[in-house]
Amino acid sequence: MRVRPTEGLQIDGFTLGAQLHKGGFATVWDVTHPDHTLPMVMKVPTILDGDDAPTIVGFEVEQMIMPRLSGVHVPKVVAIGDFAVMPYIVTERIPGDSLLATFTRAPLPMSDLLEVMARMAAAVHDLHRQHVLHLDLKPANFLQRPSGEMVLVDFGLSRHDQLPDLLAEEFTIPMGTFPYIAPEQYLRSRDDPRSDLFALGAMIYELATGKMPFGAPDKLKGVRKRLWRDPVPPRALRPELPEWLQEIILKALEVDPAHRYQTAAQMVFDLTHPAQVKITARGRKLAADGWRTVFARWRVMRRVKGFAAPPSLSAQMDKAPILMVAVDLSPDMEMLASSLLRAVQRMLVIQPDARVACVNVIKTARIGIDNITDDDGTHLHVSRLVSLRAWADALDLPQERLTFTVLENPDPGTAIIDYAGHNNVDHILMGARGHSSTRRYLGSVSSQVVAEAPCSVTVIRLPEGRQAA
Amino acid sequence: MRLAILTDIHANREALAAVLADLAQRQVGRIVILGDIVGYGPDPVWCTEKVMSLVQAGALCIMGNHDQAIGTADDALNITARRAINWTRPLLDDGHRAFLAGLPMTARMEDLLFVHASANAPEDWIYVTNESRALGAFRSTDARLIFCGHVHQPALMSHDLSGSVRAQRFPMGLPVPLIRSRRWLAVVGSVGQARDGVAAAGYALFDMAQNELTFRRVPYNVATTVAKVRAAGLPESLAMRLQLGA
Repeated sequence: MRVRPTEGLQIDGFTLGAQLHKGGFATVWDVTHPDHTLPMVMKVPTILDGDDAPTIVGFEVEQMIMPRLSGVHVPKVVAIGDFAVMPYIVTERIPGDSLLATFTRAPLPMSDLLEVMARMAAAVHDLHRQHVLHLDLKPANFLQRPSGEMVLVDFGLSRHDQLPDLLAEEFTIPMGTFPYIAPEQYLRSRDDPRSDLFALGAMIYELATGKMPFGAPDKLKGVRKRLWRDPVPPRALRPELPEWLQEIILKALEVDPAHRYQTAAQMVFDLTHPAQVKITARGRKLAADGWRTVFARWRVMRRVKGFAAPPSLSAQMDKAPILMVAVDLSPDMEMLASSLLRAVQRMLVIQPDARVACVNVIKTARIGIDNITDDDGTHLHVSRLVSLRAWADALDLPQERLTFTVLENPDPGTAIIDYAGHNNVDHILMGARGHSSTRRYLGSVSSQVVAEAPCSVTVIRLPEGRQAA
Repeated sequence: MRLAILTDIHANREALAAVLADLAQRQVGRIVILGDIVGYGPDPVWCTEKVMSLVQAGALCIMGNHDQAIGTADDALNITARRAINWTRPLLDDGHRAFLAGLPMTARMEDLLFVHASANAPEDWIYVTNESRALGAFRSTDARLIFCGHVHQPALMSHDLSGSVRAQRFPMGLPVPLIRSRRWLAVVGSVGQARDGVAAAGYALFDMAQNELTFRRVPYNVATTVAKVRAAGLPESLAMRLQLGA
């Protein structure tokens, strides 16, 4: 590096303004450029004289990964500087503080907590969708846009599953931030997306209780304990926390990645459908495990060298998708509904960790009050839910992988499309009614969904001649 | 501009045709051939003439050890390779021989260096098969990117600011950014005689504007080439090798 950053420095058309942040490995500067009106910041690694390999490689990783990312959950990259003169990355400036400020206010009230958690997990899902594991998630690496979306920063330890991993054999010690690092990362794994979900779990624990689940170890040895020592259950620290929240947190903090959420999208799904989280002993416990249990775990875990990682990030996401099934429960559609059920069963064979969201739409009138109670006084919404559950019985899926939702909307197609968008649905399965002239002119629900849904759609249709049977 | 980098064609007409058809769909600005047009395979005349016409149309071509062996009795080749060269020699006319003998050992294009084997001693035909051999190549030139062949197994090495060389894993068929803080050496996979377990033609695309390298794989009709190898009476091991890609 020939040039060092200072206020007023001009480089490649950028003029450095005030220093905004000084961290251990980099400084961040306000910058302007005559061709760019966007508010921008420049991050410059602090490369010490002599051998400073970790900082350099970390910055190379950022320079490699960041330009490939897009969307609201990452800062937009404007320019990248050459190591020959001064390495830097210029990105859009996200106003405001990092989540570190929010964490000093922990424990948060439930209403704030829910929103922050779901937004954090949504940002991680978006990153994973773009083939990148962050691997250093911590409060300081989350910024928030004025519109509310979380923005992830600092990709110095990240891994893109379709690019060379420059950090792979570079360093011998595990890298990450001690309070949040996952057990398998401690064991040197750099290819498991579920490591990011562990860090999310640790952060949500802290936001909910005001305490870090594994404390703040200052030595690497202190990190190792999380392989056998379980955290104090959140509800023991803050009894008013609901069981479902503890269930979500402790599931994310499972030592073996196979027992955690399998994708960030599935975690977002639970955070946004708390009423349908299946509560297990994990959600109900009020004390950390006793010494006998911990000792038994220690005897096993102290020999563990690692956990099986998925073949790739995309393979993991393909294996654990969110399937949405839009079921029509009207009596003349029974044949179609059972066909749809068989189609779902077949999909579950090839996607064993899929989560299935069963949805039924009640079509409401656009104007006026709907008669949602039938003549016998049974609430239509409730009776639809009961039928939906009965339909899904044959799927034989555990409760935590099934959800049931009845939507009310004058426009069923739009209701299905919106639900899929809000819940990161990967694939919609639905039936199509037979052909009729009305449908030909007005368009069917399924054709609207196929045309506008943000994901894959499979339409099940009965063979000609069987519809009337 | 996008470069298509081909190497080790080895007289395999079907493989070369498949690669040329593939890159015809990919807006390639210039073709670079890193040598070994002939040897091992059954179609030396067709392949040499094809490469001659590509060069006439602007392609760049470097000399490989098999190309050199056509004109000089090379004792360095192993017995199988020598048998194939002895079979090839009478098929080529003076024009072919002059073309092969006149190929340069290396070529530079801006900060890119093209060579058949190792850049530090191109005429010694050293195989760049590990990090320490790659280091020798990096030390012999100031080029930022070195492209070579000869090994028949695709590989990617980086040379970082501290001077250490590391083999990098890369996905087949997807672009890898060759970040400017490092120098890079790419061993391009063979068009006509794969040796990495996949019986398909290999080549690479380098996008100079994006600074991204993509290793590609193209399937071709291996059975046809194998039948020709056998019909020509070339060593059976060469036919087996094509079938297995190893």
